[in-house]
Amino acid sequence: MDSVLLIYKGIYILVIFGISLLIATYSTYFERKIAAFIQDRVGPNRAGPMGLLQPLADAGKLFFKEEFIPAKANKMLFILGPGIAMLVAAMSSAVIPFGDTLILGETSFDLIAIDVNIGILYIFGVVSLGVYGLMIGGWASNNKFSLLGAIRAASQNISYELAMGLSLIAVLMLSGSLSLKVIAEQQTGFNWNIWYQPLGFLIFLICAFAETNRTPFDLPESEAELIGGYHTEYSSMKLGMYLFAEYINIFVVSAVMSTLYFGAYNFPFMENLRNAFDDPVLGNNVVTIIGVAVMFAKIFAFIFFFMWVRWTLPRFRYDQLMKLGWNILIPLAILNILLTGGGILLYEYFTNG
Amino acid sequence: MTESLFFFFASLTLLCAIMVVISKNPVYSVIFLILTFFTISAHYILLNAQFLAAVNIIVYAGAIMVLFLFVLMFINTGKNVEGTIKRNVLAKIAGTVAGGLLFTVVVAALKDVTLGHPDPATYNSQVGMVENLGKVLFTKYMLPFQLVAVLFLVSMVGAVMIGKRETGEQNF
Repeated sequence: MDSVLLIYKGIYILVIFGISLLIATYSTYFERKIAAFIQDRVGPNRAGPMGLLQPLADAGKLFFKEEFIPAKANKMLFILGPGIAMLVAAMSSAVIPFGDTLILGETSFDLIAIDVNIGILYIFGVVSLGVYGLMIGGWASNNKFSLLGAIRAASQNISYELAMGLSLIAVLMLSGSLSLKVIAEQQTGFNWNIWYQPLGFLIFLICAFAETNRTPFDLPESEAELIGGYHTEYSSMKLGMYLFAEYINIFVVSAVMSTLYFGAYNFPFMENLRNAFDDPVLGNNVVTIIGVAVMFAKIFAFIFFFMWVRWTLPRFRYDQLMKLGWNILIPLAILNILLTGGGILLYEYFTNG
Repeated sequence: MTESLFFFFASLTLLCAIMVVISKNPVYSVIFLILTFFTISAHYILLNAQFLAAVNIIVYAGAIMVLFLFVLMFINTGKNVEGTIKRNVLAKIAGTVAGGLLFTVVVAALKDVTLGHPDPATYNSQVGMVENLGKVLFTKYMLPFQLVAVLFLVSMVGAVMIGKRETGEQNF
């Protein structure tokens, strides 16, 4: 790789990192605004115009709060917990294609940080590591409620990872590739995977809620019965890190869902728009820039959906959660794989013979 | 570059593996074991076997170690288990002798091993990629692959049978 591309990749990774932090920051603001709208309140409106500076005020407050470590806590792991949660959350956006290629002069720049041919497995692996931050933090607090929260997080994540992986397999059977870039390229125009995989998408969506510990599956931190779950003993910015990691996870999972099922940066009539320009380079760049905007619009729609569900649905009970995961979602995911396989065979039978 | 990376990861792997054994706190042992899996995955990537690296992380670091940690958190809530076990001198001597013998056997077995050197002219560097690995697994090694699946099924059924609540049995 020549040095121009190397520098470009470095800048691109920094930009994506900054964007995920920015989106996570403002997710807290929009979460409160949407909650206020749903509950017929005003929401934060004091800091700045329409309360837009509220996230900064929150961050300032968190930084200046007392940094408290319980006396009997395992100090090293107690500090390590939020760090792992944050690190793992920030790692996962590396393989997501946020856009097609930009052509500047002679070189074309891919709008993806690293294009590995195991892209989706990378995300899956990193997401499965996210639970360590919760478990280690909850255990190190040396508090029974925290421990219960940590154990719930572990069992919930492991149970829902299975159904998530099985629902992914159906998408991979259609695409024939593990690379997210290839999966995004296959869904040109309006040819999105959601039309072929409605059941798989539903399973993936439910599992995404469980993996990010969002209501109705926020049992690890259910404030009614476990006080705060794994972050009961946390204060100051360490608590902030946990909350922040959750919002980054929502952003990443929304981006993955848009890429896998909703055509990533593809939008209807993009080929017509591309051909409308006389200059192919200009046409490509215009389509790419609109594509990036479309991708982020899809991501924001999913983030809004996460918040909408959080403020309108009650929490599951723990046994209901396990029953849903093991007895309903996993058989449904296997059925989805069978249906997809049968569909592919039928399609090949009718098109070739 | 590759060689220095290999030595870096190899020494890191050994360091983490040793820390798994000598850590007093079992939770630290598990965390070092997770780090060991990561460094082993780094070795896989150096060998151009990306799929194996990712699956190693997903299965071992992401699932099995979570269950290890899960169990440890239940049985050991902050108390120092190490201090409660009494060890006499005889046990220590026996342990040292047994460990030394095992080491001797391993060294003797590995002394004359010659590594197979693939021919650079015919060797396909893409052999570890998902596509090639899948093709080999589903054609050349079809029977062993299916047998492993059956083996997993048997162990799964066994685990469910052991954990199953029988009718009329009072468990709680």
